[in-house]
Amino acid sequence: MPSNRVLTGSRAMVEAIAHEMRADPKVLVMGEDVGAYGGIFSSTTGLLDEFGEERVRDTPISETAFIGAGVGAAMAGMRPIVELMFVDFFGVCMDAIYNMAAKNTYFSAGHCKVPMVLMTATGGGYDDGGQHSQTLHATFAHLPGMKVVAPSNAYDAKGLMTSAIRDDSPVLYMFHKGLQGLAWMAAPEGASAEVPEESYTIPFGEARVAREGSDVTIVAISMAVHHALAAAEALAKEGADAEVIDLRSLVPLDREAVLRSVAKTGRLVVVDEDYRSFGLTAEVITSVVETDPGLLKSAPRRVAFPDVPIPYARPMEQFCLPDPGKIQAAVAQTLGKVPA
Amino acid sequence: MQPSKEQLLWMYAVMAKARYYEDTMAQAYMEGKSPKFDIGAGPVPGEMHLAAGQEPCAAGVCVHLRRDDTVTATHRPHHVAIAKGVDLNKMTAEIFGKRTGLAGGRGGHMHLFDPATNFACSGIIGESAGPATGAGLAARLQGTDAVAVAYLGEGAANQGAFHEALNLAALWQLPVIFVIEDNAWAISVAKDKSTAVADNSLRAKAYDIPGVHVADNDTLELFKVAGKAVKRARAGGGPTLIEVETYRYYGHFQGDPEVYRPKDEVSGLKARDPILRLRKHMLGKTDIREAEVEQALAKARAEVDAAFEFARKSADPAPEDALQHVFA
Repeated sequence: MPSNRVLTGSRAMVEAIAHEMRADPKVLVMGEDVGAYGGIFSSTTGLLDEFGEERVRDTPISETAFIGAGVGAAMAGMRPIVELMFVDFFGVCMDAIYNMAAKNTYFSAGHCKVPMVLMTATGGGYDDGGQHSQTLHATFAHLPGMKVVAPSNAYDAKGLMTSAIRDDSPVLYMFHKGLQGLAWMAAPEGASAEVPEESYTIPFGEARVAREGSDVTIVAISMAVHHALAAAEALAKEGADAEVIDLRSLVPLDREAVLRSVAKTGRLVVVDEDYRSFGLTAEVITSVVETDPGLLKSAPRRVAFPDVPIPYARPMEQFCLPDPGKIQAAVAQTLGKVPA
Repeated sequence: MQPSKEQLLWMYAVMAKARYYEDTMAQAYMEGKSPKFDIGAGPVPGEMHLAAGQEPCAAGVCVHLRRDDTVTATHRPHHVAIAKGVDLNKMTAEIFGKRTGLAGGRGGHMHLFDPATNFACSGIIGESAGPATGAGLAARLQGTDAVAVAYLGEGAANQGAFHEALNLAALWQLPVIFVIEDNAWAISVAKDKSTAVADNSLRAKAYDIPGVHVADNDTLELFKVAGKAVKRARAGGGPTLIEVETYRYYGHFQGDPEVYRPKDEVSGLKARDPILRLRKHMLGKTDIREAEVEQALAKARAEVDAAFEFARKSADPAPEDALQHVFA
């Protein structure tokens, strides 16, 4: 096989799941349309054919029951991967997620384990309206007891999924629809990536320097990483050298990587497709400000979804979403090139 | 199916232990809460839901279970935990919020987890159903004949979680027994004011599984019904729904003014106390001798007394240990 295989995000996810299912009979997949359909966002393509209906289980539209069952199966020694089709659907089943999956380890002082992966599709930008377009990173990262990861590319998608399946804690695996490489949804260049055939893990809480730079640090996650990289290329033409940090996981959060970069650049822009207030952007900025505010040569800026439900009409949604232009403008403010 | 002498004595011991446990807990709970009742005061703070009167539901089902069977219980969990064999010292210490508790004081009385006996409970109504269904799925995938039992109150039969899990367990023919403890009151709301059907076991028809109603808190009848359901589940026959008409002697929680129910309701129920009825059956219809019953009772009480003493003597947790065990 060629060593420079390029896979889409979804292929990379599936490869990780299939590898773990071959290696460990305790791993199973369940969720809506994960069988013959292969996952609405191709997160389980081909798994039914290889592993059969016992281990790849289409469920009724009963998120409370099947996520609750995931918790019970995990506590009884299995390693279920459960799909919540759109993260927006958490409203019908949050109790199973945050009152059980996230708390049972603590409530048992670690004597009970809940090794469950809850994988879920996030993100907008394709005019799907406000109940099918959210990212909700902070909603889950805010609640203790779940690890929360969000890959930006296929290489990370595979490594983070392998780590998630092997983790003894519940992991919320948030994959952006626009990074899956679907035939019916555009993906940015760089979402697909070279992916080794063999299994590998990516530790949680280790951010990746997606682009080295010296003038400003742009911190992002998931789809926003691609906007940040595009902004950085445009900024380079204007003589500004941006460093882009891909957090890869929200919980645990690699605050050290942010501090290291800001210590070098002195300027900080945080980008997140999630809602602006009370979210990742504030958390990252706080990490710097409460540790060493003297690192900052200028006020940090954030680019995030304004605090409104996600609108349907294209001009309105695009107005709200982070994009390279908004990031460039924020960087310009940190550089003092335009008034803040 | 008739219980053997050993099974009768086991059920009696469990029920007597659970009753004495709850009565002892009721007293401990009130320590430090008078003259003014403050829910956060005393050696056992917080909400306290006691199950005195509901002992048949625990003993009549768990008598058929093995250690590797899973039980998920409700916010009123003590009697079921005792029947499943959860370590009484650790459980009591957990309720007292002590370092030696099941979770070192992190869980409390509504969050008792014991992997040694596959027991768990939840403070959220209806949330026993999903995890039991998952435990049933795990047993199936692991190729064992273990079963899972989900306990719910009759109020939980109106929760979506209950119906979703029933459908899923029936669809996948999983070894799960759903046991509704109908104590007639969802906090203060009577069953007939909240539930469109008088008998929740009828809801089994909606999922094409057996549904059985056990009237009048009858330990021996539940023994039969549960035995059949467990046997069926172990053999791959799928889930069963059982509703047990039971009694709640105490309020919803300790401190409940109980303005919603007639003053003489509990005294009427106590005249038909299930433990006394079981005792009468054992002494009147079997060759079990009174000395054996008394011995079982004394042993049960001694274990409870020892557990409370263990809990009281145990050290408080280190406050900063609150930060441990968020993740595995």
